[in-house]
Amino acid sequence: MTERSRISCEQALRLLAEYLDGELSDLARHDVRHHLDTCRSCYSRAEFETRLRLEVTALARVPVPNQFEERVRTLIGHFESIPDPPPPTSADGH
Amino acid sequence: MNPGADAREWFEREVLGALPELLGTARRLAKNEADAEDLVAEAIAKAWTALGSLHDRASFRGWLFRILTNTYLSDCRSRAIRPPVESLGDDGEGAGGGEGEQFSIFERLHQPFLLWWGNQEREFFDRLLREDLEQAIDALPEIFRVIVVMADLEELSYQEIATALNIPIGTVRSRLARARSLLQRALWEHAIDAGLARPRSAPLASHRRNVHD
Repeated sequence: MTERSRISCEQALRLLAEYLDGELSDLARHDVRHHLDTCRSCYSRAEFETRLRLEVTALARVPVPNQFEERVRTLIGHFESIPDPPPPTSADGH
Repeated sequence: MNPGADAREWFEREVLGALPELLGTARRLAKNEADAEDLVAEAIAKAWTALGSLHDRASFRGWLFRILTNTYLSDCRSRAIRPPVESLGDDGEGAGGGEGEQFSIFERLHQPFLLWWGNQEREFFDRLLREDLEQAIDALPEIFRVIVVMADLEELSYQEIATALNIPIGTVRSRLARARSLLQRALWEHAIDAGLARPRSAPLASHRRNVHD
């Protein structure tokens, strides 16, 4: 086991956003991970920030109005094929 | 990839599968439903035309979302709206208020000398409605809204964001931090407006900023 200097709460919190974004180097990520494993309040902070991010990410998915789905199907149905398509098959999709 | 009949079927299947996320992302970029739908339709049409440049079907979804974002950014430019690619120098100190500090809801909820009733974090999330989040994001200044959408809805890497916006990675980092700080401040205001129980100061507190009757 390598002996590594431990990081402070201040350092961990400064790196927290990048840690949660998955953008830290292996070394830094390890340091933050270790700090969170051993520091209750920073762990708590990380949990909170994670939950908040999940709430934001959940906005990315919305129910699709039927009308809009129809619009997309129609749009795709009208696309012109590029020249030299593969030979036609019996299952054309329509 | 040479689009033919089976490619069209595959394309349609993939697009319809991604439609909830395409539309959700587009709504936060374009801020209103009609524009969001137009944006998605435009991106789909571009994707079909550009299908020859896609080498690997497995990366279709990421590629499609890149087209969506790039379409939005270039639409901004052509409509002569200040494009999100422009930096505001110090990353928004003009747009977001001059505070250098990160606003943190967690810190607000855990200030010393305050007494909360019950579990304050759960109270906060219980009161956090989807529409509060939507409004808070939509209210962000353009360059901050776009970067939050890219990082937290599309879940792009800093490098991908840097490339798409043509800014250095360091700027991605600082702008994203600023954007999230603004977002947290807005969400905090929503929570307070929604009646998040305000804490009382403990009797020995030297400041009474948050005392309400």
